[in-house]
Amino acid sequence: MMTLSLSKDTIQVLKEQDVVFLKNRIKETAVKIKMGLVNQTRLLTAASELVRNMMRYADGGVCIIEVVSSGRVNGVRLTFSDRGPGIPDIQAAMRDGFSTGKSLGLGLPGTKRLVNEFDIKSKVGQGTVVTILKWANG
Amino acid sequence: MDKIPILRMGAFLLVTIQVDLYDRLALNLEADLVQMVNKTSAKGVLIDISAVSIVDSFMGRIIGNIASMSKILDAETVVVGMQPAVAITLIELGLPLKGVHTALDMEKGMKLLKSMIDETEEDADEDQTHDDFIAE
Amino acid sequence: MSQKANQLLKNKKKNILELWMKNQLADEGLREDLISNDELRSQSEELINALVTNLSGENFTNLDADEWSPVIEILGGIAITRARQGFSPRETGNFVFSLKEAILEVLQQEITGDQSNLYTESQKINRLMDSLSVVTFETFIKGREEVILRQTDEITEISTPVIRVWDGILALPIIGTLDSARTQIVMENLLQEIVETGSSIAILDISGVPAVDSLVAQHLIKTVSATRLMGAECIISGIRPEIAQTVVHLGIDLSNIITKASLASALAYSFRVMRLEVKKISTVSKP
Repeated sequence: MMTLSLSKDTIQVLKEQDVVFLKNRIKETAVKIKMGLVNQTRLLTAASELVRNMMRYADGGVCIIEVVSSGRVNGVRLTFSDRGPGIPDIQAAMRDGFSTGKSLGLGLPGTKRLVNEFDIKSKVGQGTVVTILKWANG
Repeated sequence: MDKIPILRMGAFLLVTIQVDLYDRLALNLEADLVQMVNKTSAKGVLIDISAVSIVDSFMGRIIGNIASMSKILDAETVVVGMQPAVAITLIELGLPLKGVHTALDMEKGMKLLKSMIDETEEDADEDQTHDDFIAE
Repeated sequence: MSQKANQLLKNKKKNILELWMKNQLADEGLREDLISNDELRSQSEELINALVTNLSGENFTNLDADEWSPVIEILGGIAITRARQGFSPRETGNFVFSLKEAILEVLQQEITGDQSNLYTESQKINRLMDSLSVVTFETFIKGREEVILRQTDEITEISTPVIRVWDGILALPIIGTLDSARTQIVMENLLQEIVETGSSIAILDISGVPAVDSLVAQHLIKTVSATRLMGAECIISGIRPEIAQTVVHLGIDLSNIITKASLASALAYSFRVMRLEVKKISTVSKP
């Protein structure tokens, strides 16, 4: 089914205060479309993982918050784009336990498990774009 | 600098996290808590996260770190009051917090800590108390 | 639509309504049990009024134009109500089709002698009414889907009761197939209830689950792990021998989970954990 975008909000994330602001905006959006508490938590946790990656590897970037609709259900779509170094091997990055930084390597694969749709595009030297979508009841 | 207060109560340290953790705050907590365990030679650490609505992999790692570090300093860590939504999200994220003890609330957590400490003092080989549920 | 025909329809509004009502009432499929004749008449009148006002020149066949929204709204309202009331698609369709018949009949009576004019006007009416029928059907189906969705929600709500069997012990009997959506609800209800009652043990009874495959097993393991993170224990009971066989054949590792064959043994285990004892009262015979 066609997915329509109903509203769009672009937020710059450069410093730690921006992260708090972004999370609040995402939460407001999720509450507005009557997303259940558990799904809100999943969405916010996923966003938290992605925004941390953006801060750690690319010194920040931009997040677009969209309310999307496919017929009768609404959802929240988040697009994180940065101009960082990019990911050379996306397939490896999507495996559990893989990390170039000092972390558990759960970030990307874990995030994917928390949302309904997950898409990642990256070009070395140009940046990374990650798009996630969570339906209100999915 | 922002800090989360650490209270001392007998042989235990109590931490109640009232705000959503951001990275620096969590790192500070880790450092402060380990210092405190060492300084007070505490036998147990109780962390109440009932007011925390988001725990991502970084925060999860900090909690795990606190437990492992305290263990080395001979103190047990019990995390109490995790919200259902947070528990579900952590499992799906792939972070079952291995080795961290959990309890439903402060009271049950305190009981659990006491029983664990009694045990280690009386007989190290004795069966674990049944109330003790180690997170899977 | 030409001014003349436009005007004509406006003037003949009454005739069209009468004719349309006649058609509808004559139809064998008339559902007097679901809608009274008066109500049907007021619905029909409302629609005709809105329709005729809109028969202006340029946007005549363009249903996206703003001026059509009241007509579509009325039609949509009627279709949705009918879907909820239990009208069949045919009955709902006939509502619009019989209006087309009526309009065409009036046109035929009024435009006499000018065959080509009659043809063009009829074509336009045809096109318009066809688009309106499509709108009706779309809304009708949407109405039906809403009914189905609501019922699905109700069923899932009903089929996952959390029972407080003892102070500190919850039981949740699962009956029917466990899919991802259902596990979500089961898990959320169970965890919420654990928080609300402060129960330290939850028993998940799966004697009513027909089969356990690796996906269901994964869901169960997830529920148990989440319960432990919250500081409670989750026991799985009601495992039939066949299920034990499949679990082992599929190579699913349930060794980290406390499993019991029956709800009774799970309860007995819980009592032991909570250091409770159930005793039979010794009956002392009276002298």
